[in-house]
Amino acid sequence: MKIRTVKYILKQGVLGLWRNRGMSVASISSVSASLIVLGLIITLVLNINNVATLTQTHFDTIQVYVQDNLSEKETVNIGKAIEGIDGVQLVEYESKEQALLNMRERWGEQGYLLESLEENPLPNSYIIHLENIELADDVVLSIKSVEGIDEVKYYKEIIQNMLRIAGFIRTVGLILIFILTLVAMFIISNTVKLALNARRQEINIMKYVGATNWFIRWPFIMEGIVLGLIGAITALLIVHFGYQYTFDIITARFTAIFSAYLIPIEEMMKKTILMFTVLGTGVGALGSIISLRKHLNV
Amino acid sequence: MIEMKNVSKKYINGVQALTNINLKIEKGDFAFLVGPSGAGKSTFIKLMLKEEEPSEGMIYLDNKDITKLSRRKTPFLRRNIGVIFQDFRLLPNKTVFENVAFAMEIIESSSKEIRRQVPMVLGMVGLSERANQYPHQLSGGEKQRVSIARAIVNNPSILIADEPTGNLDPETAWEIMKVLRQINRRGTTILMVTHAKDIVDVMQQRVIALEKGRIIRDEQRGAYGYED
Repeated sequence: MKIRTVKYILKQGVLGLWRNRGMSVASISSVSASLIVLGLIITLVLNINNVATLTQTHFDTIQVYVQDNLSEKETVNIGKAIEGIDGVQLVEYESKEQALLNMRERWGEQGYLLESLEENPLPNSYIIHLENIELADDVVLSIKSVEGIDEVKYYKEIIQNMLRIAGFIRTVGLILIFILTLVAMFIISNTVKLALNARRQEINIMKYVGATNWFIRWPFIMEGIVLGLIGAITALLIVHFGYQYTFDIITARFTAIFSAYLIPIEEMMKKTILMFTVLGTGVGALGSIISLRKHLNV
Repeated sequence: MIEMKNVSKKYINGVQALTNINLKIEKGDFAFLVGPSGAGKSTFIKLMLKEEEPSEGMIYLDNKDITKLSRRKTPFLRRNIGVIFQDFRLLPNKTVFENVAFAMEIIESSSKEIRRQVPMVLGMVGLSERANQYPHQLSGGEKQRVSIARAIVNNPSILIADEPTGNLDPETAWEIMKVLRQINRRGTTILMVTHAKDIVDVMQQRVIALEKGRIIRDEQRGAYGYED
């Protein structure tokens, strides 16, 4: 294919798109819509999975917060009491000072925020390793009956719930995306059909003068690709700014602890740019090919 | 050179359009194809352009059997056949120059070739002055001359004219015939489908008459032979 031809194809493709502005906008919107939904689902699923994995490191442990006003001896007694419970393998003590240090480490760059605290708000705690995760429910029940305990945290259910929700979102999302993609393809194939009708006469002449089938088809495929690509770019921009906006709000409202669990925007975009571009152009090209198969007999 | 051997065409709907056609048109010939509507003239042209395939028989263009040609190669066959129509089929939003250049663009000629070739053929059909005008600014005869220029710009060996004078007044029709004759003298084989009795009678060229899908007459230096 000569460079002239490539130029011709590009020009005709964009021209066709401009001739049917209304339909082009509809096509672009429909591609965007399905990709935005895809973006939303990816964001949710990846973030939930991320939180779940981060929490999973605590999966096989139970954290027991000790009441703040207890004496050292009382605290030690609680530890001993817990050690006596069936199913407990190992009990570790984490003083509030240690807990603060650990937290500063986990927060990384944002650790300096903790320096402004006048008083350590974290409690003393015991971290309990279990012989077997299955015993978690029983052990928790027994721990709760020990005197002097403020709160028992364990993550098994939370993690399972999160993973269940992520799975649900993924399934519903994929069905939704499938439907939206079909709609987008349908709209694009209709747009291309209009472009085809607008150029019937031209195509007819092209056939008689001996244009190859691909020479006739390419401008329309190009039109579909450009539609899909613009749709993908629109969706990328919306997902980018939408994610950034939400990220900022969450960081502002719920302090930095939460955002440490979120996937940073750069990484999100890295995951989506290629996917959106390929999907957008793919849907566009396919939409126009469907239309050409139906309405153009060369 | 056009040659048909035992060609028959029956459409899927059962219509027998052509029956056992045998003929040979030599390179550089000028031939009229005449006959009442429904005689099979359109089918004849469609077979030559490979828009339709014959049910039986073989069709040779320049000694190549085009019935054996794959669909993918059809465009390259058509590059060797120029076609003009009664209704001109010009693109209204392109100038005369662009309409002719279009035929070269779509077979990927270089812009250098286009700049050389288009003015030359416009000169041949006498439209050099009109290069930058649009079809709606032209008379019927001028439009047909643009379509002739477009048909011959890629130097086909055969020119098919499908009732080229059908929409023109007699005087203009003769102008078109002059242009066609001139192209024919340069060695292009011309096959012209027509109902124009006076033109056929005056031109004294070969006449092939079709009726009900059969050749009923094939004369060198013939006459139209029908009373309209």
